[in-house]
Amino acid sequence: MSAHELISATASVLADRLARGEVSSVEVTQAHLDRIAAVDGELHAFLHVSAEALEAAAAVDRDRAGGAAMSPLAGVPVAIKDILCTYDMPSTAGSRILEGWVPPYDATVVKRLREARLVPLGKTNLDEFAMGSSTEFSAYGPTLNPWDLERIPGGSGGGSAAAVSAFEAPLALGSDTGGSIRQPAAVTGSVGMKPTYGGVSRYGAIALASSLDQVGPVTRSVLDAALLHDVIGGHDPHDSTSLTDAWPSFADAARAGAREGALKGVKVGVIKQLSGEGFQAGVRGRFAEALALMEAAGAELVEVSAPHFEYAIDAYYLILPAEASSNLAKFDSVRFGLRVNPPGGGTVEDVMAATRGAGLGPEVKRRIILGTYALSAGYYDAYYGSAQKVRTLIQRDFADAFAEVDVLVSPAAPTTAFKFGEKIDDPLAMYLNDVATIPANLAGVPGIGLPMGLAPEDGLPTGIQFMAPVREDARLYRVGAALEALLESSWGGPILRQSPMHPEAESNAISTKKGGD
Amino acid sequence: MSETAALDSAQVAHLANLARIELSPDELEKLTGELGVILDSIAKVSEVATPDVPATSHPVPMSNVFRADEPGETLTTEQALSGAPEHDGTRFAVSAILGEEQ
Repeated sequence: MSAHELISATASVLADRLARGEVSSVEVTQAHLDRIAAVDGELHAFLHVSAEALEAAAAVDRDRAGGAAMSPLAGVPVAIKDILCTYDMPSTAGSRILEGWVPPYDATVVKRLREARLVPLGKTNLDEFAMGSSTEFSAYGPTLNPWDLERIPGGSGGGSAAAVSAFEAPLALGSDTGGSIRQPAAVTGSVGMKPTYGGVSRYGAIALASSLDQVGPVTRSVLDAALLHDVIGGHDPHDSTSLTDAWPSFADAARAGAREGALKGVKVGVIKQLSGEGFQAGVRGRFAEALALMEAAGAELVEVSAPHFEYAIDAYYLILPAEASSNLAKFDSVRFGLRVNPPGGGTVEDVMAATRGAGLGPEVKRRIILGTYALSAGYYDAYYGSAQKVRTLIQRDFADAFAEVDVLVSPAAPTTAFKFGEKIDDPLAMYLNDVATIPANLAGVPGIGLPMGLAPEDGLPTGIQFMAPVREDARLYRVGAALEALLESSWGGPILRQSPMHPEAESNAISTKKGGD
Repeated sequence: MSETAALDSAQVAHLANLARIELSPDELEKLTGELGVILDSIAKVSEVATPDVPATSHPVPMSNVFRADEPGETLTTEQALSGAPEHDGTRFAVSAILGEEQ
């Protein structure tokens, strides 16, 4: 395979070639490292590139040559969102307060990647502590959208989404608290899955809001997401919220979905509250076309109402800051990270305040202080208590809907990628980017986002989202793969083939020529 | 709701102090305005949060998650101290806990 073929292949194709010995993990890994070296100076999807990737790849090749049994994705490179702890790479959460911090242990999901012999390529950029929808709040500068370098790649996991959609990595891990996997997928033309709450371990994922956070796959195909989910999912005794369920093979579900007839008789609920007002015309148009494709393939469309979804963002911006204000109290200048001593010294509390004043960015300060207020005596019932009740009402909306339909569907984001700076000074406008994704986090249900075509007005990717009842992640892989197959046959190939950063594109957005001019 | 009125800068300064975050005067002013706008918007949760609706704190209810009371893997002292800004080899080092007036 040529270098272009190696970086544009899906993980499942690479896995097959590796298993057949047609290509080595060192070759695959080197091709991706070369790609990162060529484009990431400008794109900035990575905060750190592993110095050990080739060595890990060589070890996989050696063991494979020696006849060792290998897991399906052995030897395939993977990028890791920098919210996840890695013992051999810095883990900054996009914050100055953790600059250079190397944790003494691996997150469970990272440990599982290594056990399955995937090759970690590096750590990807994010909004600080995963708070944001654009990567503009990363303390290390934003990631650019591979489709248009003047636009945001979504957030918080814009680094992981950009890395896979710019062909720097076939697979990446993300984390999704209110849409941080699915919204970046929508605006970069990639695939992202937020598993059922508790389906994937949170141990070693630097906590934002513990009752909302889930780690999940970021990829270029539904099957790749399923393969990666099979590696990272399942019970972890280190996470007390981890479900003890035995999960089916998600890869099998995705393969079944790609077969003809998979949508026949599937009841798809179209959420009335998440398809009209506030959604860009091109997003609405592509959404209507995707629904028509599904209907033609035998799916039954049903309009469903979720009357409390309009309160979801409001409840979310009380629950998340409340939990974050508590979780981020650990950044106290004592056990890890930055310490700033105020002029003339001071008590440990003065040092803590000076450190957090200097080490935390504007959005993090905003949310911690908002959370501190929401939890304070006298306001708790009106704000936090009310938000928790709204959470119940949203769960009831989901339960009512799933009594009638198999999956719910909506656009994954209200607009295509916006320009840098457009929303950074307007927190409420920024928060609206997650209007379609937040309800799933509040209710704990799984959600998958995949591309649904380019908006005619700006030529940028739009995304569709499916949601299923708690524990029914396999259903999303089946339905997602089914729609993906229909859409790709209508496009004549994956949507990313049309990206200006596709390796075979005629005019690359970033010149990848080597040797300079 | 009267008890959810907008914040003034003295209240924001107090909250920042509780959260142990030093703010510059500019930051304080900007945050006070922004938090007011955000709070006005999100206060509408109380419209539907009637007394008959129970609160949900956890998306997938679980109870009594126990494990056997047995020592498991732990970090070594060296590992635990490896990220500390200051330590003496066995303990985290911090400045004075109490100020002079305390």
